[in-house]
Amino acid sequence: MTNILKGIAASKGIAIAKAFVLEQPDMDIEKNAVDDVEAEINRFNEAVKKAKNELQLIKEKTLKEMGEEQAEIFSAHLLVLDDPEILDGVTAKIKEEQLNAEYAMKEMADMYVTMFEGMDNEYMKERAADIRDVSQRVLLHLLGIENTSLASIQDETVVIAEDLTPSDTAQLNLDYVLGFAADIGGRTSHSAIMARSMEIPAVVGTKEATASISTGDTIIVDGMEGNVLINPEESVIETYKEKLNDYLRQKEEWAKLVNEPSVSTDDHRVELAANIGTPEDMDGVLSNGAEGIGLYRTEFLYMGRNELPKEEEQFEAYKEVLERMEGKPVVIRTLDIGGDKELPYLDLPKELNPFLGFRAIRLCLEETDMFRTQLRALLRASAFGTLKIMFPMVATVEEVREAKAILGDVKQELIKEGHVVSEEVEVGIMVEIPSTAVAADIFAKEVDFFSIGTNDLIQYTLAADRMSEKVAHLYQPYHPAILRLIKNVIDAAHKEGKWAGMCGEMAGEETAVPLLLGLGLDEFSMSATSVLPARSQIRQLSKKQAETLAEEAIQLSTADEVAALVNKKGFIVS
Amino acid sequence: MQQKTFTITNDTGIHARPATQLVNKAGQFSSELTLEYNGKSVNLKSIMGVMSLGVGKGAEVTITAEGGDEEEAMQAVEEVVKEGLGE
Repeated sequence: MTNILKGIAASKGIAIAKAFVLEQPDMDIEKNAVDDVEAEINRFNEAVKKAKNELQLIKEKTLKEMGEEQAEIFSAHLLVLDDPEILDGVTAKIKEEQLNAEYAMKEMADMYVTMFEGMDNEYMKERAADIRDVSQRVLLHLLGIENTSLASIQDETVVIAEDLTPSDTAQLNLDYVLGFAADIGGRTSHSAIMARSMEIPAVVGTKEATASISTGDTIIVDGMEGNVLINPEESVIETYKEKLNDYLRQKEEWAKLVNEPSVSTDDHRVELAANIGTPEDMDGVLSNGAEGIGLYRTEFLYMGRNELPKEEEQFEAYKEVLERMEGKPVVIRTLDIGGDKELPYLDLPKELNPFLGFRAIRLCLEETDMFRTQLRALLRASAFGTLKIMFPMVATVEEVREAKAILGDVKQELIKEGHVVSEEVEVGIMVEIPSTAVAADIFAKEVDFFSIGTNDLIQYTLAADRMSEKVAHLYQPYHPAILRLIKNVIDAAHKEGKWAGMCGEMAGEETAVPLLLGLGLDEFSMSATSVLPARSQIRQLSKKQAETLAEEAIQLSTADEVAALVNKKGFIVS
Repeated sequence: MQQKTFTITNDTGIHARPATQLVNKAGQFSSELTLEYNGKSVNLKSIMGVMSLGVGKGAEVTITAEGGDEEEAMQAVEEVVKEGLGE
């Protein structure tokens, strides 16, 4: 019988391949006395050499695929393995204290880890993790544990991991990695978002994938249903191969819609836009036929560096996106950082409850120099396309007024300096805090548009952290309360002649699309890869029928009832 | 022996990237190079040593080079400092 693990479908598609289990090796290091000191030193040098070769390969690969900035991390790692203090220090310990190489290395690494962790500088504290990482690489070689490095994968593989961090994903070779399954995570966790942007099937939140699967098992990752099949029978594999072919055929069908409008059977047109993080995401946006950018997250410009990005660097990034969209709308969100997303160089206070803390617009209105630099870059870029500026995490009307006042001031300053600034820049807010959703009619008078950020709106409304396993089931996009809030926001916008969009993951869900269409949403912004399936779905739906569906749905009692209704009425077309 | 004092003006002091460049450069010479800050002296060829000093913005550091290629070494290191770290 085939063993099936249930998880969350994080990225569409089907992958059939041998498993590669990414393990966190259990490294018990004993303290031993060695007799042959010379041999022990040789063993140490040999391990360092192997680790360096490995790092060199990873660095070159990262440089080629991700660019210089990402590769820099590994340059620093290499330097640690060239460090005379460390190499001589370990050698001295072996020689003088007759310690085994493993123990000597670990003592040396621990000393530096403790030292860096003790520094009162966030940036230096993080470097402790680098030292751990490098020393682990050497220790693995000393212990003779096979290093399950992702970069070393040379065959078609499905990666099985507890979770995939950004640096793990940097090492995936997409020629060989066909898909992955993770123990933890949800549809909006980092690993899931990465999988969708790399267009490889993924199932997350399986709880026990690493425990149940061994390297070499045959695995099917079903990214449609959220299933992981372990060592399935030949007949099952055949069925899935057919399913995969069907999916590929459907993808071809979708591809034909790249240049088609997103219009319902009764001629109601909506805008299907894409969410991006960096200008590099633009290729995917264009190849998937997005009609705009509904959310450009500018955080990435600020992350993974030692200081704030300069105006010129930001300007270039915004300009590139605007130019490549050739006049189609581009909504750029001002910096949404703080709380859980930290910038070490800003030295923000640690908070007990970062999601309810000092972040996004709250931070920007305090750090006005930083905010003004971003607004200057944005307004200068506005001359190169259709820019719309969006403020995140707005809770009060005062915040909107204050942010708009700064924006107006910056604009005057730029004009005085002789810069060209577009006169048609719309200014809107992200609706992700319940207070704003409830009082949307008040906010609608102050802004040009709303974009509903469902990821946060849902978690604030239901008071449930989607990353916390025990309460993740309470994170319910189809809870009638959420649907009513969405309706309230859209109606409030329309009453003032403004438009309403959505830039949370929900906007691209096939269960949500008919409901949102029925509620009158104007702009749907999603992962670029969801655009074509959503367009295909909308082109088969009637706006009138969707309205009736939405009216019925908001009267239901539970999220499950809502989802069942959408399904029963035949609104899910794929 | 060559010795020079610099003031670090880079916003984040001598951290990862500048430290990497400095140590890489130092490693190309046979002379002994040391970095002194706040009464502590470390081997400039050691990334761990350099980072452990926690040199921040505004700090005054002294670099010493001693050996066969001390002049070239000092010159090269000075260039790196001036390009990315301070004056």
